[in-house]
Amino acid sequence: MLLIFLRKLILSSIAALLMYVFIANVVLPESFGLALDSYTLTIIGKYLCFAMLAVALDLVWGYCGILSLGHTAFFALGGYAMGMYLMRQIGDRGTYGDSELPDFMVFLNWDELPWFWFGFDQFWFAVLMVFLVPGILAFVFGWFAFRSRVSGVYLSIITQALTYALMLAFFRNEMGFGGNNGLTDFKDILGYSVSSPDVRVALMLLSGCGLIGCLLLCMQLMKTKFGRVLIAIRDSESRIRFLGYRVEYYKLLVFVISAMIAGFAGALYVPQVGIINPGEFSPLASIEVVVWVALGGRGSLVGAALGAIAVNAAKTFFTGFYPEAWLFFLGAIFVISTLYLPKGILGAIVDLGAKYQSTRSTSLKESCS
Amino acid sequence: MIPTTSSALYLDGISVSFDGFKALNNLSLELALGELRAVIGPNGAGKSTMMDVITGKTRPDTGTALFLGQHDLTRLDEARIANLGIGRKFQKPSVIETLTVWENLELALAGNRAPWEAIFRIMCSRDQSNIRAVAERVGLTDTLAKLGGDLSHGQKQWLEIGMLLLQEPEVLLVDEPAAGMTDAETMKTAELLKGLAGEHTLMVVEHDMEFVEALDCKVTVLHEGRVLAEGSLSHVSSNSEVIDVYLGR
Repeated sequence: MLLIFLRKLILSSIAALLMYVFIANVVLPESFGLALDSYTLTIIGKYLCFAMLAVALDLVWGYCGILSLGHTAFFALGGYAMGMYLMRQIGDRGTYGDSELPDFMVFLNWDELPWFWFGFDQFWFAVLMVFLVPGILAFVFGWFAFRSRVSGVYLSIITQALTYALMLAFFRNEMGFGGNNGLTDFKDILGYSVSSPDVRVALMLLSGCGLIGCLLLCMQLMKTKFGRVLIAIRDSESRIRFLGYRVEYYKLLVFVISAMIAGFAGALYVPQVGIINPGEFSPLASIEVVVWVALGGRGSLVGAALGAIAVNAAKTFFTGFYPEAWLFFLGAIFVISTLYLPKGILGAIVDLGAKYQSTRSTSLKESCS
Repeated sequence: MIPTTSSALYLDGISVSFDGFKALNNLSLELALGELRAVIGPNGAGKSTMMDVITGKTRPDTGTALFLGQHDLTRLDEARIANLGIGRKFQKPSVIETLTVWENLELALAGNRAPWEAIFRIMCSRDQSNIRAVAERVGLTDTLAKLGGDLSHGQKQWLEIGMLLLQEPEVLLVDEPAAGMTDAETMKTAELLKGLAGEHTLMVVEHDMEFVEALDCKVTVLHEGRVLAEGSLSHVSSNSEVIDVYLGR
């Protein structure tokens, strides 16, 4: 009961925040002074994207027991797909003024656009790729891993290797994704300047709606029998096989859905922060996502979103005031949440509520008898 | 060459070894359609390994394993074999502890196992009444909303039997169904399994001799991975070898 209440509370708080921004920044004239500035909007938008990534990880880890330590790979690929669109929109306004080639390609003395850049001048194509590229990678990776019944810590290690390999590949200039500088200096999105306040508001609202949409979608999915099969796989994989379920198909499907959500989050993230580089693939970043989910409470979806927002808000605060202490703080969060909050913040609240209810009902019984 | 047989289960010359230990040693066994068979044997006799071979968990080194005379069980995987119609109840009750009794039964319910179906198919009223009927049969009607993990040991056994029934398998492999049950429950289980014979083919592994007696069926004694004796309970229990290795302890 309490969990359902918390779910609604968190979902409606996000919705309320979006409503506030919509009214204060869009509906009301500026003279009211309620509008959030671009900096704050961008930070909130970033948190919302991270929350979406956390929901994606919780879907596979919390419900199906697949601890992916490479989920930022899908996030970054979605981000790169959007980044490529934004690069093509720069046109001849780059430093070298080449209308066809992005700056870094001119710098590398390339004569023409590589084949995998074709189509990215079209927004619809880029959006398609935002879902397709992470989805296909997850499918191919999952096909081999799940069919060979790689699971547990071994799977975690190869997901880690996957994101590390991608990071090294994207660092290379010859890959054609801007090397270690990545993609940046974006100008326009759909004809509007990416730095304009209106676009900032739109992107932040879109991130919020995306997050709520993903949460509702995943919650709905987990309410079906599909969700119950996933839980059964998490808790007793061999049992469910003997019931005739093809565990690998279920894992594959949920892994692909999760990768697509992560890609979508990455695509919304990139125009807001204005850059995507291979650092996003770093294994450390993926592990950080695991910390968010663990702290928020895995297996509850909203808990993952809550954890992502809480940790990142703490990160903004700490890196502002005590930059060198941040990693220690992050480590401490992980240790504390593993030791004292095994079910995360959300699980702890639910447990506390249950305890309170049971002591109240026993004291009620005692007073009656 | 595949031998022609009309048996529900046909095992011939099955051998399995783990690191040099022969878990199954040239085991041959045949179950006719609709038969109820009890399998007994001391620990390590190969009972569980035999079930692992039949359900596709373990691949035999040599030998033939056929289902209904046409499906080669040594080539199929667990999910495929389960869908062909071989259901298994494990020795250790292995219900899904984090799901309710109802949800456990729902997972077992016969039907398409594809992920797509699981997302979009809505349970029809016939399925629901099916689950209720089975829950009634195994005495779990009052516990449908309880979590699998909160059940008593005996109730878990019943739930597993219920799950097995809902799969509507041709062949039921039942590993120690009476473990942890009271005497009355044990007898009830024996009655239930006897009632299933004919319609289904059953192989029941059990230690409890009273239970085997109550099943009143043909008994196979396994020892060191092979069949030691086969026949009625009175027949095998008068066999001197059987007395030596098992009954006479």
